[in-house]
Amino acid sequence: MKYVLMFIETEEFAKEFAALGPGEQEEAYRRVYQWFEDHKDKITDRGSKLQGPETATTVRLDGGRMMTTDGPFIEGKEVVSGFTEIEVEDLDEALRMVRTWPACPVVEIRPVEQM
Amino acid sequence: MTRPEDELARVVRDHAGRLAGALVTLLGDFAAAEDLVQDAVEIALKRWPVEGIPERPDAWLFTVAKRRGLDVLRRQQNYRAKLAALEPPVQPPPDDRLRLIFTCCHPALAREAQVALTLRVVCGLTTAQIAAAFLASESAVAQRITRAKRKITDAGIPYRIPRADDLPERLDEVLTVIYLLFNEGYLSSTADRVHSRDLVDDAEWLTALLHGLLPNEPEVGGLLSLIRLHRARTAARFTPDGDIVLLENQDRTLWDHAAITEATTLLTRTARRHHAPGPYQLQAAIAACHSEARTWSETDWPQILVLYDMLLTLQPTPVAGLHRAIALSYVRGPADALAELDGLAGDLEHYPLFHATRAQLLRDLGRDSEARTADGRAAELTTNPAQLGLLNERLAR
Repeated sequence: MKYVLMFIETEEFAKEFAALGPGEQEEAYRRVYQWFEDHKDKITDRGSKLQGPETATTVRLDGGRMMTTDGPFIEGKEVVSGFTEIEVEDLDEALRMVRTWPACPVVEIRPVEQM
Repeated sequence: MTRPEDELARVVRDHAGRLAGALVTLLGDFAAAEDLVQDAVEIALKRWPVEGIPERPDAWLFTVAKRRGLDVLRRQQNYRAKLAALEPPVQPPPDDRLRLIFTCCHPALAREAQVALTLRVVCGLTTAQIAAAFLASESAVAQRITRAKRKITDAGIPYRIPRADDLPERLDEVLTVIYLLFNEGYLSSTADRVHSRDLVDDAEWLTALLHGLLPNEPEVGGLLSLIRLHRARTAARFTPDGDIVLLENQDRTLWDHAAITEATTLLTRTARRHHAPGPYQLQAAIAACHSEARTWSETDWPQILVLYDMLLTLQPTPVAGLHRAIALSYVRGPADALAELDGLAGDLEHYPLFHATRAQLLRDLGRDSEARTADGRAAELTTNPAQLGLLNERLAR
């Protein structure tokens, strides 16, 4: 089955990460690259790391009218910070994969709709 | 004395889960298979009271589910073909219920859904029976089950015994669900059990099933022993009017001493084979301490206190802390216990037993008016009629 993993950052995590020294940040990135390397046979689309929520723009299309606002679609302490598509046997395998994720503290696993 | 409806429920329970397991394996579709079993169970519950329980209930249920499947699954040609090729089993099919339990208690399902699904799929309860047991509406339970089954299919929740490295965590989840059922059933009084399902019986049955399928898991043995030790006191727990009799005041000759011996033997055997006991074994050991005391005054409180200390290192929950404080009151007196209890006030403000225990300790210390206030608070918070009766009686004194 195909799933998208949505990586979710908390304010606290972002703050802690920003407070790390350059060497420690590099090490954190290295762990993430290693994770992608370890699971590359299951990753069908590496996806992307997103820029911060302060860079987001949300558009609402309501009956032909377009409303453009500054910020992510939900203002909250937890924001999507990246995504990756995986192909695994079932939810248990996805869960095992996510268990070793070395970065942000929340991950949403969402099955992809089969067309 | 066995009521005919209890006998009926027991036969259904012994066979429905096996049939569900076999059909899920056959069809590879959890939701469709489960619907067929539920239909067969509903038909059995209508016909067996009139026609009598068939000699081979498993074959009967199987045949009805098959016929029903050929009828209902018109559009799923492949399912129909699989069902049509199937003969009723000469012997009971291999036991797939372990897989079934792990799917129903998958951590990706909400707790309420795990409970409802386990009761329906593994124990063969109908939606109406589950609704009655949890005082919920039938449509709410039905919706919860439908949603859970859809998630199993759509999110790819597997029908499989978890891998060895996932097993401890997943087994915890299963035991939590069963323990919840047990508590739900144990706390409801016998007075209203006339019309409702005996969830304690279902919890014991499930644990025994699990113990048979996973005989080397110590915490399964621990939970089974715990449930059996509590059940052995049933006859002494309520007055004929359905009021709670506190452990202290129970007539211990009414306890089922043979069952107590059997449960403590199981616990000892489980503990001997493994080193560090888990939370269910510890709780069972505490229950065993109470069960083995011939009188209330012979209770080995220092031992119970040690067991609570061990439990708290594994599960530092406020409720375990509350029970430790009760044990402490018998070892070091009410003043120390009250001091410990008051440290838990923030976490247990809405927990009736916290206030009831506080009331008891305050009364022991001669602080009667504060005790009455605490009892009043406990009575405000409790919804259980038998517990409420007890509190009101204390307030009236």
